[in-house]
Amino acid sequence: MIKLGDAQRSETLALTRRDFLVGMSGASLAFTFAGSALAAMDPALPGGQLPAPSGAVFQPTVWYSVDAAGAVTVNIIRCEMGQHVGTAIARILADELEADWERVQIVHVDTDPKWGFMVTGGSWSVWQSWPVYSRAGAAGRIALIEAGSKLLGVPAQSCTARSGAVLSGGHKVTYGDIVRRANLSRRFSADELKALPIKPAAERRLVGREVVALDIATKTNGTARYGIDATEANMVYGRPKIPPTRNGSVVTAVDDSAAQNVKGYIRSIVLEDPSATVPGWVMVVAATYPAAIRAADLVKVTWTAGPTAAVSEADIQAHATALIGKSDAGVLLDTGTADTAPAFKAAHSVVEQTYTTSTVLHYQLEPVNALAFEKDGIFEIHTGNQWQSLILPTIAKALQRPESSIIMRTYLVGGGFGRRLNGDYAVPAALAAKALGRPLKMVLTRIDDARFDSVRSPSVQTLRMAFDEKRKVTAMEHHAAAGWPTQVVAPAFMSKGQKGALFDPFAIAGADHWYDVGAQKVRAISNDLANATFRPGWLRSVGPGWTNFAVESFMDEAAHHINADPVAFRLQLLDGHGGDAGSPPSAVGGALRQAEVVRRAAARAGWGSALPADTGLGLGTSFGQERDMPTWVACAARVRVDRGSGVVSVEKLTLVVDAGTIVDPNSARAQIEGSALWGLSMALHEGTEFVNGQVKDTNLDTYRPLRISDVPEMDISFVDSTEAPVGLGEPGVTVVAPAIANAIFNATGARLRHLPITPKAVLGALAARKT
Amino acid sequence: MTRFTINGRTVSVDAPGNTPLLWVIRDELALTGTKFGCGIGLCGACTVHVGGRATRSCITPLGAVAGAAVTTIEGLDPAGAHPVQQAWGALQVPQCGYCQSGQIMQAAAFLKDFPAPTDEDIDAVMAGNLCRCMTYVRIRAAIKQAAAALKPAPAAAERAPADAATAAASNSA
Repeated sequence: MIKLGDAQRSETLALTRRDFLVGMSGASLAFTFAGSALAAMDPALPGGQLPAPSGAVFQPTVWYSVDAAGAVTVNIIRCEMGQHVGTAIARILADELEADWERVQIVHVDTDPKWGFMVTGGSWSVWQSWPVYSRAGAAGRIALIEAGSKLLGVPAQSCTARSGAVLSGGHKVTYGDIVRRANLSRRFSADELKALPIKPAAERRLVGREVVALDIATKTNGTARYGIDATEANMVYGRPKIPPTRNGSVVTAVDDSAAQNVKGYIRSIVLEDPSATVPGWVMVVAATYPAAIRAADLVKVTWTAGPTAAVSEADIQAHATALIGKSDAGVLLDTGTADTAPAFKAAHSVVEQTYTTSTVLHYQLEPVNALAFEKDGIFEIHTGNQWQSLILPTIAKALQRPESSIIMRTYLVGGGFGRRLNGDYAVPAALAAKALGRPLKMVLTRIDDARFDSVRSPSVQTLRMAFDEKRKVTAMEHHAAAGWPTQVVAPAFMSKGQKGALFDPFAIAGADHWYDVGAQKVRAISNDLANATFRPGWLRSVGPGWTNFAVESFMDEAAHHINADPVAFRLQLLDGHGGDAGSPPSAVGGALRQAEVVRRAAARAGWGSALPADTGLGLGTSFGQERDMPTWVACAARVRVDRGSGVVSVEKLTLVVDAGTIVDPNSARAQIEGSALWGLSMALHEGTEFVNGQVKDTNLDTYRPLRISDVPEMDISFVDSTEAPVGLGEPGVTVVAPAIANAIFNATGARLRHLPITPKAVLGALAARKT
Repeated sequence: MTRFTINGRTVSVDAPGNTPLLWVIRDELALTGTKFGCGIGLCGACTVHVGGRATRSCITPLGAVAGAAVTTIEGLDPAGAHPVQQAWGALQVPQCGYCQSGQIMQAAAFLKDFPAPTDEDIDAVMAGNLCRCMTYVRIRAAIKQAAAALKPAPAAAERAPADAATAAASNSA
């Protein structure tokens, strides 16, 4: 069913097919950026600046090098936004290379075509890097053993490699000495590389062991460098005037007379944007950022607004409901048996429910920003970004210059959560810098950032289930309408459904679940009004963040409909039959692995035990992000409901995760902690609405994400596994909201079908039960 | 000109007195460890110490710190090894790290007032610091670990075991 977009797949394969050359290179052939103060970034070092390599450099693949002092430098194309991704990827490589971990450093690289496709999202990084960096490490180890054995005067077969040295009998030569002394000339073809075995799990020495992430220290002493910290000589500052609509606004007049009195104000620039990324933008430029903020408040811009200037959240949701009501709207996924009509016609009983979710802001703490300037014929963009390969062609179009003359420098990301997959914020900075002819750093204020956010689209979903007279499930339908981020921002990555129709895989994933429900129809509908009103964003877990709220709430409702226990009902449907059996490389075990995390979460949380009044336990489970890369996760939430105020207190979250091989246990746990609490925040705390084409809540005075005082007790455990490692950044989000909704039902009998669940909604649902 | 000390160094800044201290610190003094988040004093990413008190620099005008002693994350400890920073590292608190300068500065000031904080104390004070990566579980644990490290060392090796047990109990409260 759902696949990664074809382009993504081919690029992944291209990486694994990369022709790895194993050859000696002198220092002159070392990385083009080595030693350059501006280039790339080592998050372990203050300011991120790299030391020059020592002496000769052995660079067996583009992914890493070993220098004459034995230092191993691993090149990371993923951005660091809190997942400690460089540490995880370096562990994979160093394990196969048999490197000395103390001598391993990581470099987050700038854009360069040699790196191939650069994206950090989808919880893909470790999953995609595992085969590539494992084999790259193995290739280097083989070459070093061959060369080292010659230096030792022994057969290669007698040698082993450990901790950055080649050993034979009592003799040893370090990798650094080999690089310095030997003449490595072995070449691995793509086929040879592909045939290199990856170590058996029992031989792993670094993967799965505790490690201190390499980017921690600089994040505790103020020396870590984020995009907002970038500087350039002769730089000025910009703050934009955000137009009344995301699309279609046209500037008709600019009056900056009042701003002229602000010390440091320079000018206001109406941006001419051939890429149509930021229509109607005006950049207010000043010598300091506080001056830019003040001046922008005083500059008066008159716009002709785009067509969505009056659109409200209710309009968007009503449109979604209307689309669901049109049987020919949307795209049917290839579920094998999508004709559900006979089963529903023959059904003994039917359950149908509709679930809705509100607009959600990213509110990544570092507002979007970018520094841009031209230098030596290259246009440089300094910013944190999750998907460089997506935005570079757009920047090229905006600047009307070839992509080969543009480079994105790499910085830490002060919160990604998907916001920086859409790199649209680089465009206005680049346009303003070009118009000015000098370096400009654009920083959005928080309110600007919220108004320019690529929000999580509101959604409407209707689910139906048919049962026969023996209360067996015979068919299921899932109709989901929402804004589609991929359609709007990255249309090349759409997937093909039935009849070749294109759909956004990331906006419907989760509806194609692993439950055995007989005939199954999944209909994905693009909400064109949402798409026109805002740029839909990928927000941590994307579609599975709302589809699983619907699926897992509905599974509970279906279980209660037939008087079944919700856990037993799920376990019965997670039978691993047919298409749900799972297959290599990443989904071995299929639905049976999901059943296992459900079983464990229920047991750990004490499913079925007595609870105090108005306290309930609820369960939610999912396969994370995509069927191609399932991360099996289950959550049991224990909540207490205050019937007087409607306030829901989450007392405990119990999460069990099967993500295959765990590369970096500490960071894996951190990702589940963070993602589960994101799930909780979106379940009870976060949500806004569109009013007159703009989000209503733009800062923390009215937008209230989870705070430390809202954090429940958490019990997180992982299933021991040697299966392929899969993603961990997002899956925890997907199960928490339905677990909470189901727990509220078990505590009070009140069913909440809208996110976020507000005290007012709880009171309403409680009152409705009484009538 | 506004004169004040920052991390022990006296500086004179030529900027309007109503300029938020945050931008003076970041852009004029090039100390970028202090971060911009919400601009209205509600996220805590810009937290510094003014006269030892945790202060939101984004809503503090430059003129208000004339003659005062300002400390930023860069000056909390000369080696970056304040017990709060050590606990943050040991428990690997940071994810993206963007809020952590503010969290650490808030926690360091907090522990001066509440050397043995309860969960309720932590909630009451640290709820003003937003972490979007949701590292809250570890922040809570790290504050307790730092509190234990900051406790005055036992006067002598012969300190009674009973005292040590009492101390441990109050720590975990």
